[in-house]
Amino acid sequence: MAETRRASAGPTTYVLRVLVIAYLALLVAWPVVLVGTNAFANGTQAMVDVLADPDTVHALQLSAIAAVVATVINTVFGVTISMLLVRKEFPGKRVLSALIDLPLSVSPIVVGLALMLVYGGRNGWLGPTVEDWGLQVVFATPGIVLATAFVSLPLVIREVVPVLHELGTEQEQAAQSLGASGWQTFWRITLPSIKWAVIYGVVLTLARSLGEFGAVKVVSGNVLGETRTATLAVEERYLNFDQEGAYALAFLLASVSVLAILVVFVLRARGTRHRAFERQS
Amino acid sequence: MTVALEGRPGRARPTLVNHNLTTASGIGLGVSMIWFSLLVLIPLTAVLVTASSGGWAEFWRSITNEQTRAAIRLTVMAAASVTLVNIVAGTAIAWVLVRDRFPGKGLLELVIDIPFALPTIVAGLVLVSLYGNDSPLGLHLANTSGSVYLAFLFVTLPFVVRMVQPVLEELDMEVEEAAASLGAGRATIFRRVVLPSLAPAIAAGAALSFARAMGEYGSLVLLSGNLPFESEVTSVRILSAIENDNQAAAASIAAVLLVISLLVIVALDILQRRVARRG
Repeated sequence: MAETRRASAGPTTYVLRVLVIAYLALLVAWPVVLVGTNAFANGTQAMVDVLADPDTVHALQLSAIAAVVATVINTVFGVTISMLLVRKEFPGKRVLSALIDLPLSVSPIVVGLALMLVYGGRNGWLGPTVEDWGLQVVFATPGIVLATAFVSLPLVIREVVPVLHELGTEQEQAAQSLGASGWQTFWRITLPSIKWAVIYGVVLTLARSLGEFGAVKVVSGNVLGETRTATLAVEERYLNFDQEGAYALAFLLASVSVLAILVVFVLRARGTRHRAFERQS
Repeated sequence: MTVALEGRPGRARPTLVNHNLTTASGIGLGVSMIWFSLLVLIPLTAVLVTASSGGWAEFWRSITNEQTRAAIRLTVMAAASVTLVNIVAGTAIAWVLVRDRFPGKGLLELVIDIPFALPTIVAGLVLVSLYGNDSPLGLHLANTSGSVYLAFLFVTLPFVVRMVQPVLEELDMEVEEAAASLGAGRATIFRRVVLPSLAPAIAAGAALSFARAMGEYGSLVLLSGNLPFESEVTSVRILSAIENDNQAAAASIAAVLLVISLLVIVALDILQRRVARRG
């Protein structure tokens, strides 16, 4: 089918093609390439310097930890919510399914402010209570994790829900009629079928979490060597006129996100081919 | 819903509650809702409550402060214009990706997703490298309102494309061929046949792109310079209110953004149902 889908190549086709390529090159491709060339303008020196700085290494570690914890939480939460939204009926389902998307359209600064208002140590709604339990949230790692989990919350759900819809319930019902328990059905039947959707979701969540900036800036306090994440370190270096260092660090982060897109891209292409093959046979 | 069903002994469990949750999924729903409330619902409610704590007059004063008004005006203007550009450019890009065929098209697919995955501060640095003071193109957008438009264009690029693309792929080309055989020109076919089917997807992408632009922060801080009355956007105003320890003012401006996000979510919910029905 795909082969027949092409417009007859008239002049409009070529004009449109050239315009689109030029637009994308100017807006995205060229600037992204420049970050690479700027990072290596003086050879690998800037990169070596960045990686030799213990505070930067700490910032990278902190970002990685926050991203991994947030991704684990969002994956478990995301798969649970997706199963409930698709397979179950309960009051308020439609409201919940709309609210789930809210984190995607809320400003990161508003996210930071919202978490401050509730978990702030001095006058937050829950902050003082939680601090009495010995857990500092705002200006500490838990706050960074919360902010990160907030902004990447819907990504797994948005990948898994359509696949669950498409999957239908026949296989699950068959398993249950053969005496499988709910857990067995989930682990043996449902999870293997949604495996790829979950993996895309995880990769996207990880990339988004690693790059969170605005929300983390508000709740972390940006303390050097303690609560400064990698993205905050990029800004700090740039504002302190260490452009090379900023570009080197930005290059590291950009490589991770481009790698994430590549992984999703390859997996998607594989999935489409797989599905096309199944449809043929 | 709660119709009394006494006198019908055959039904062991009357449909008093409209759900089909088992114990395990009930617990799952409960735990998930507690987490979702603690993480999202309670904090966002706190913003609205704090915004209203000083009364209507106080709230109104916070958001109509001259500098804040200028910031909101710039943000809305830029977000709206960028959304318009995205409606045209995004549809054109989706069209080229689906209908055109040329070597290196896969690379374009990759380029579309970059703004989505790139950390926003890195996106800011990326834009500085081509449009900042050392611009190889000689375009100096640093510290101007133009930088805000540029940053919005960058971060919102994928939304319309990614909403329109799948709909365009599913579109039956036979209808277009039929229109062509009846003598319709290409422009007419696009306007009368293709565009109506794409409209809900375009609108959904536009809503997402508007919402994203309204709240954008990371990608523009480096290039815009955050100059009051020139290149300061709403989220920067909120941040400076937080840094001045004026949480009430910060919450008031944030509440405005939050209401816009909520409206977009409602619009999106309606539009997505329409897209699904067409699919």
